[in-house]
Formats: sequence, structure tokens, C-alpha cells
Amino acid sequence: MQSDVAIVGIGMHPFGRHEGVTGMEQGAHAVREACKDAGISWQDLQFAVGGSAAAGNPDTMVSMLGLTGLQFVNVNNGCATGGTALSTAYNTIKAGMADLGIAIGFDKHPRGAFASDRPVHPVDGGRDWYGGSGMAINPQFFAIKINRYMGKHGISHQTLARVAAKATRNGSMNPMAWRKQPFSEDEILQSQMLAYPLTQYMFCSPGEGGVALVLSRSDQAHKYTNTPIYLNAAVMRSRRFGSFEVKASWLPKDDEVGPTADASRAAFELAGIGPEDVDVAQLQDTESGAEIMHMAENGFCEDGEQEFMLERGETEINGRLPINTDGGCIANGEPIGASGLRQVYENVLQLRGGAGPRQVPNDPKVAYTHVYGAPGISGVTILSK
Amino acid sequence: MGQQVSVNPFVLDIDGDEPCLVGGRCVDCGNVTFPRYAGCPKCAGSNIEPIELGREGTLWAWTVQGFPPKSPPYLGANDAKDFHPFGVGYVELPEVIVEARLTESEPGKLKEGMAMKLTMESLFKDEEGNDVVTYAFAPAE
Ligand SMILES: [Zn+2]
Repeated sequence: MQSDVAIVGIGMHPFGRHEGVTGMEQGAHAVREACKDAGISWQDLQFAVGGSAAAGNPDTMVSMLGLTGLQFVNVNNGCATGGTALSTAYNTIKAGMADLGIAIGFDKHPRGAFASDRPVHPVDGGRDWYGGSGMAINPQFFAIKINRYMGKHGISHQTLARVAAKATRNGSMNPMAWRKQPFSEDEILQSQMLAYPLTQYMFCSPGEGGVALVLSRSDQAHKYTNTPIYLNAAVMRSRRFGSFEVKASWLPKDDEVGPTADASRAAFELAGIGPEDVDVAQLQDTESGAEIMHMAENGFCEDGEQEFMLERGETEINGRLPINTDGGCIANGEPIGASGLRQVYENVLQLRGGAGPRQVPNDPKVAYTHVYGAPGISGVTILSK
Repeated sequence: MGQQVSVNPFVLDIDGDEPCLVGGRCVDCGNVTFPRYAGCPKCAGSNIEPIELGREGTLWAWTVQGFPPKSPPYLGANDAKDFHPFGVGYVELPEVIVEARLTESEPGKLKEGMAMKLTMESLFKDEEGNDVVTYAFAPAE
């Protein structure tokens, strides 16, 4: 597939918990690894785009990497932060502003569910009635959404467990993953019920990590690598009126598509292909229910088909459509700024044929990533070789 | 002796005979939101009036909060030892679907489509000894 921009180097700092290592140091480590992978030095880069939600202003990283005077843009776009860093870098090269640049994402979050200490909704000078009353908690939203979806489309508790079991199995084959211990479906179903129908082992946790990707003009990619991976689309969308999102204190009765379906459609249109052409996909799995619903929202199946797709192992590494081959958020945790780029890193490895024991067979050629998060944003990329 | 006070009268009015939720209605397009916003997310208009929402509806979707919420922002007791799971769901009222606590937290007793009515739950005692209450929905039968 034609594209003006190629990924020519990738780098990662392992995900997980790293006492005494700042989020930014993890980002800088990923940058050095990505430069090494592309056979360049930091001095060769004409620009950088960095994103982090909670670990500091990315551009201050130049003091660790070298004060070369390059253009460094910070982005912060909730759960789409990594994807936004990538699309900004892509557009910079596509617009002819530069030939070689880097997209960086890193983060470091405290333990426990993401919580906001600022009111989500207007309080008119009074108390925070929403968070104060025990709402404004992300797991509630995911649980309510999948609970309704399960009833409507016949998805079982066992299928929720299958998703998490697959994630931990794939994570156990990924040296960069946080959780490398595979859990059985029974262990997952029997872990603590955090928000019915979702149990503890079905959720990802806020975590730490860093990823960097070196991008170049496609017609110069051969200078850096024998296996350039082309970026065919990098799209993000926000919610439209009527979509059901995290921290909604109310919903209209109109039915409307969410931002994932919008971003997915736009990305496929840009790339000129359809869901049937995708060989491997990384989909936002904040918890197992999210992966199930995102399979349909991204166009990979009809609502309800996930039940038998999971039962038949169609989304396993050797299945018809491997999903979350690196263990996804469930095995890697969610450092917000790094998550979206982790998915792209994994897809580059898969398309290069370098994913080791978790390599998708039969020479995959097209790969897809999807992130989703508060307050109702979604980012999609399509890569090819 | 303290009395009952609303967690925030902006959304929960307890001064009448029965408690009621207060939302906003767009004068231009009729869209109803909860709470009231300064602008309309549907038509982008800014002519918004307060509206009392109906007290009865049906359960649209639900979960059970199984772990203690963090404080801040949570105002209720969240000591892990004394914490009791509570239901949270969306209730379809005549005007709009609202998110609320549910008085029922037993998954076997919650079902989409069941009739629900507005009630109040205590959150905490304030410095004057008042019982600070929030809104919740209870099964109607
Ligand atoms: Zn309006």
C-alpha cells in the first residue's frame, strides 16, 4: 500500500512498575533504543513530538538526550495521547516540513483506579455531587456498558474470562510485558468482583512505560532500515451527540455511534482497505469487555459474533484475526501516554516478522491499532509493509 | 439536632414534599441534560432553563461498585473494612436517562427494564451534624 511516511526505528522501555525511575527517564530510554534501531543518533532528528499525561512536559527530555535545538512539540490528549504524538509526526513529514522525526510516549501513574479530584460536571459553587456520591469511577462505566451489551448480544461471563486469559498468555511470551504470569479462565472468574460483571483479573491497571518511533519520508526509508513499515492512516475522533461515554451523568435517548466507529471508518477510508484485509489488530482492552465491544465497533465482526469467535480461538495468535498479541493493556498496564504507541510498536514487530514466540504466522502484511479513552476519544492507525 | 441537607441543591432539591432531580432544558431544541449546562450539547444553543425531572423510570443498565471509591472526591465512608458494595446504574426517566446510585446491590435482584423510583441515601454527617444526602433509585415494587 502507498504511503508517504514510514516507521524506520522502534524503541521501548519495559512496561510495569519501576521504583526510582521517572516516567521521563523511561521515555528517554525508549528514544535511545529507537535511534539505535534506526541506526541514527539523536542529533540526526529534525523534530520530536512527545506525549505524557502525568509524567512531566516531554520537551524537557532534551536535557537528558542532547540540546540540539530541534523542534519539540508536546501533546496531551487523554488516552489518545500516544496516537496524537504519532499522527502529529506523520502530518509533519507528510506536509513536507521535515524528513526525519520521532514520536514519543511515556507515563507513570500511581496505583489504583484512575480518579479525578476535580469535579467532572458543573457544581454551581456547591459540593462535587457526582464524584462525591460514588460515581465518576471509570470501571463503573466499562462494567455498565458491557453488562448491557452482554444481555443484548448474548455474550457470556466465560467469554469475558477468555479475553483476559488470552491477554495473560500472550503477555507471558512478551519480555516487555508487566504481567508475565498466565491466568486460567477459572482464576479470572474467581478473582474479586470489582464492578459486576468484571473481576479484578479482567482489568488493566494504571502503570508505567515508554515507547518511541522514528519516522521518515517513505522514499528515504531505505537509508535506515531494510524493513520499513508504512503508516497508511493515523486518525483520531471525539464523541458525537448521543454516544455513551465514561463519566456521563446523563444520556439522551437518541442512539448514536461512538467515536471508535467514526475513527475506524475514517482510517479504513484513508488506507483504502477494509477490516477483512487486516492480519493482526491491537484493540483497547481497558478490561475484557472493552476488547469484545471494540471488535464490533472497529468493524471486525457483527455484535454477538464475539461469543463464538472467542470460543473457537479466532483471536489467538494463530487464529483468523489475532488480537492483542503483546498481551494488550491487561498484561502491560496502562501508562496513558505510552499505550497507543505500544500497540504500534507491537504491530511493527509483527510486520517485520520479529515478534519471536508470539509471532503471527503466515507473514502478516496489514496491522491495525485502536485506543479508546476518556472523555470519549478514539485513535486508530493502519500499518502495512 | 441536625437535619437532612442535599449534597448539592443544584442537582437535588429536597425542599418540597418529595425530593426531585433538577436538570436543564434547551429552549431552542428541547434537549434535556442532567445537570444543567450553560450550553446545549445537541444544538449548541445557550438558552437553557432549569427543569424538574420525573421521579419514576426504568432501569436502563447497571453494575455494582465492588471496591471503596477514593476520597476525594467520594464523600461517603470508604474504609475497606466497613465498605458495602452499592449499585450504580442508568435510569430512563420521561425526559432523559440519568446515572445514579441504586439502593439494591444484589446482581440477582437487578434487571434492565425494571421499574425504579427516586429516593435519597445518606452520604455523611457534616460539621453541624446535618445528614448530607444524595439521590438514588430504588426498585418501585
Ligand atoms: Zn439545544
